[in-house]
Amino acid sequence: MYGKGIIKGLSVTLKRFWYTYWDDFVWFIRSFTTGKRRYYSEEGIKYRSSSSTRGIFTIQYPEEKLILPEEFRYVPFLVYDEKDDGTKDVRCTSCGICAKVCPPQCIWIVRTNDPQTGKPVPVPAEFYIDMDICMNCGFCSEYCPFDAIKMDHEFDIASLHRNVYNMEKLLKPASYYSNIRPKNFQLEEEARRAKEVIKAAKAGAASSPS
Amino acid sequence: MAATPLQTQTVDLAARFPSAVSVDARNGYTGWLVEKDKLLEIARSIKEELGYDLLTSVTGVDYLPEEKMEVVYHAYKTTGGPGLIFKVQVPRQDPIEIPSVTPLWPGVDFQEREIWDLLGIKFTGHPDLRRILLWEGFAGHPLRKDWKEGFYEEDAKPFKSRWPEGNYVSSEEKNPYKDNLSFPKNFDPEKWIPEGEAALYGALARYTETDEQGIKSDRIVVNMGPQHPSTHGVFRAVVTVEGETILSLKPVVGYLHRNHEKIGERNTFLLNMPYTDRLDYFNSMSNNFGYALAVEKLMNIPVAERADYIRIIMAELSRVQNHLVLVGMLLNDLGAMYTPALYIFEERELILDIFEAVSGSRMMCNYFRFGGVARDIPEDVLQKIKDLVFKRLPAKTDEMDRFLSENEVLVSRLKGIPVIDGPSAVQYSITGPVLRAAGIPYDIRRADPYGIYDRFEFDVAMRTHGDLMDNYLIRLDEIRQSIRILEQAVSKIPSGPINSQKPQYQVRVPAGEAYGRIEAPKGELGYYVISNGKPNPWRYHVRAPSFINITGLEKMCVGKKIADFIAILGVLDIVLGELDR
Amino acid sequence: MTNENLNSPGYEIPAEMSNLVAITTLDRLYNWGRRSSVWPLMFGLACCAIEMIVAQTARYDLARFGMEVMRPTPRQSDLMIVSGTVTKKMIPAIVRLYNQMPEPKYVVAMGACASGGGPFKEGYNVVAGVDKFLPVDIYIPGCPPTPQALIAGLIKLQQKIDKESIRTVRWYRKGPDSVNIPIPILGPDLIDPRRNAELRQISSGIETDKV
Ligand code: SF4
Ligand code: SF4
Ligand code: SF4
Repeated sequence: MYGKGIIKGLSVTLKRFWYTYWDDFVWFIRSFTTGKRRYYSEEGIKYRSSSSTRGIFTIQYPEEKLILPEEFRYVPFLVYDEKDDGTKDVRCTSCGICAKVCPPQCIWIVRTNDPQTGKPVPVPAEFYIDMDICMNCGFCSEYCPFDAIKMDHEFDIASLHRNVYNMEKLLKPASYYSNIRPKNFQLEEEARRAKEVIKAAKAGAASSPS
Repeated sequence: MAATPLQTQTVDLAARFPSAVSVDARNGYTGWLVEKDKLLEIARSIKEELGYDLLTSVTGVDYLPEEKMEVVYHAYKTTGGPGLIFKVQVPRQDPIEIPSVTPLWPGVDFQEREIWDLLGIKFTGHPDLRRILLWEGFAGHPLRKDWKEGFYEEDAKPFKSRWPEGNYVSSEEKNPYKDNLSFPKNFDPEKWIPEGEAALYGALARYTETDEQGIKSDRIVVNMGPQHPSTHGVFRAVVTVEGETILSLKPVVGYLHRNHEKIGERNTFLLNMPYTDRLDYFNSMSNNFGYALAVEKLMNIPVAERADYIRIIMAELSRVQNHLVLVGMLLNDLGAMYTPALYIFEERELILDIFEAVSGSRMMCNYFRFGGVARDIPEDVLQKIKDLVFKRLPAKTDEMDRFLSENEVLVSRLKGIPVIDGPSAVQYSITGPVLRAAGIPYDIRRADPYGIYDRFEFDVAMRTHGDLMDNYLIRLDEIRQSIRILEQAVSKIPSGPINSQKPQYQVRVPAGEAYGRIEAPKGELGYYVISNGKPNPWRYHVRAPSFINITGLEKMCVGKKIADFIAILGVLDIVLGELDR
Repeated sequence: MTNENLNSPGYEIPAEMSNLVAITTLDRLYNWGRRSSVWPLMFGLACCAIEMIVAQTARYDLARFGMEVMRPTPRQSDLMIVSGTVTKKMIPAIVRLYNQMPEPKYVVAMGACASGGGPFKEGYNVVAGVDKFLPVDIYIPGCPPTPQALIAGLIKLQQKIDKESIRTVRWYRKGPDSVNIPIPILGPDLIDPRRNAELRQISSGIETDKV
């Protein structure tokens, strides 16, 4: 029959429409027992972006946000450790590896030289990333040997002018990092501690025979 | 995958043509060097007597130190098996001329135009040798090694000005024009007369004249694009129409020419990986795959077992997602504005969530590394993939099939409108689903298996009519086959390391050439990489399926209605990032 | 739109009426109306365009901001989302489209490429940022900006519109009522007619080693 296909097609839309409200109803009833809500709650968003979702699919963006996976990367930032006295201990040693692996070459680093000896000291004097070139590839954080540069989760960074970030804008505390990437942070901390143990053991071994 | 050397020696071309052919004996190279004057004769014999009917890739190389230019041809058999590489070398002195092989393989038309545009090699006997990616009047041939652009900084990355004295200076300030420009000396912009598009319209006119008939009628030239809602990006087609019927058609491309290859030759091998993401931006995973294969071939390194499986999973997920989008967008083009596309983008979002969880980015995954992949798949993500592959995706594909395939509007728009027949498709070097819908079961996953595709059970989807409907249905078939591969891969995935190499940012690539090709969702995606032992490739060429598939666009469209052209463009599945590079 | 945003401070509305009545200034009403129906031009350039399309689909649903009506013609649109790499071959078309848009018009540079050239900046056919030719209102970094980031940028644009006043906006003032930008010409390289004299001067003085 002519038109059957079209009616069949419309039924898909109708089905989604029905599921949206039916599921709303089910969740509403369930919310009395479980306390879980379908909208504006973490479980709700999780459910609506799982493979068993049906009906409404929309995430009401500014009010609710998608749950970002840990690996999510947007733009890079520099990590600093907070010392007890409140000073910032920048992890970056200005070794330059990130500037070398950056595919569009959008990282500029100025190394600090000790004014007395003229030798380089392991802290960058300046660090620029041109966010209008950065391709969010994640190479800088992948190959940084000191876990000093990491990829951010924050994407709400639109502005009224071009974005060239300097040190001040790039630096974020390690606590922020551990917050957005708990698993990676833990692994790195463990690796670092293991390294320190080995170092200490080596130092001990080296000092004992002498 | 252990890299297998290309078995071109299966046919001894030098024995057949002792005077005109010699073995390419350079270290790391394979194939045959052919005399320029005998090229057509030898190519005919390769095609007709030896049976290498599919000339997939033609590209040029500028060997500046040796003062030579080279054109490299890759020919394959549609029945499968290894390919045959032959090359022509000419001295690097203008005018550089090589006979065109368009009489044998019309599919090289655009590729030869591209070589003329970017390298300045003239093809004698080419029917319509104009610039293709750049515009008429552009100064120079940019892929020549001695050509420099406005923002030129250094020959190879990393640039020295970044570290240790990397004071931020944007490229604009370094260029005298304060912009990405370079003009010949004493150039006066006011006296410049643009060349316009006379050549383009001239090329059109010639075609209209041939089918002039008794009755006089008005012919109109219509420019579709570059900003047109149905051309999937900045694609432009200039069409001559009589009423609604297309008399001739010329694609105009290059509106998204981002100089991928020039930038790629400056990057180191690893740095090219994220750039490949931006070729076919729907399928960054497949793009990574092809490039990784090519470089692994050059480096001759194995791939970790688990990584092999992860690669297959990612490549197939990306194929599913690509075909879903194609179906949605096709319906969009047919006038079912947005509703089917909306539902299809839901499934795509779920697949992108997986890409995001494993690689960090939804579209630009940058996930493959030489010898493996960048990160392991976490257990919970694997579970998510299983949920999708075993439950949701098959159900949704069936739903789509049920509701769309019998829809009257769809059937009447698609059924019986031929796209291209099998033999012509081969002539025009068309690969991928369009070729298979025309009845030629050529799928590189079977014909010349790469990765670990030989371990999986699947059928090469094929349809026989070659009309629009078959082109639509074959996408559904391929989604089903991909899901079949995925089901096997996710259940069999072993544990273990994910990279056979240590993570390193500077890879040592021995000198030589390699051509890595995969069956990307849109057709054969090939990377032709030449290394001279330095950290960055000497030549880096992408054989983009979208680009080569549109070579036959005029043949497909002439005699049909404008509305069919939109549908044909829809099933050809072009992506501009890859088409223009 | 809640009353708190629309209501102008300074007038007390009885509590029982506050859901029915709003007293506001003309500016606010005008801005509210305009910012809730910003129609983008259906115009995609590269990879970022896909994310722009995705922002229109079910999960992100730009319709919630009154931006779902993508107009294929510039004559009916208010907003140009430059979504992708701007190439020299394409910029004449982009400028022409911009000239054809009626006032008020806004430009959002979506992604690194449109903002400043992006990863392809060094390429010979790439314009390093669309702001070399068009006035850009919002820059959204990212490659590509995720749909959420795009929406965040568009919300910024709405905030910008909110700050406008009928008394000062360009398109109600005397003078030409629309910004017209001379269309670039494709020469040996891209020629910006506004810079002709400058270009001539520089090219007479420099050494080129071009083939
Ligand atoms: S690689 Fe890490 S430590 Fe080295 S310069 Fe970059 S951020 Fe600093
Ligand atoms: S993310 Fe990639 S492009 Fe951006 S700064 Fe890091 S290495 Fe460079
Ligand atoms: S910013 Fe990145 S994603 Fe957007 S167009 Fe440029 S390369 Fe593509």
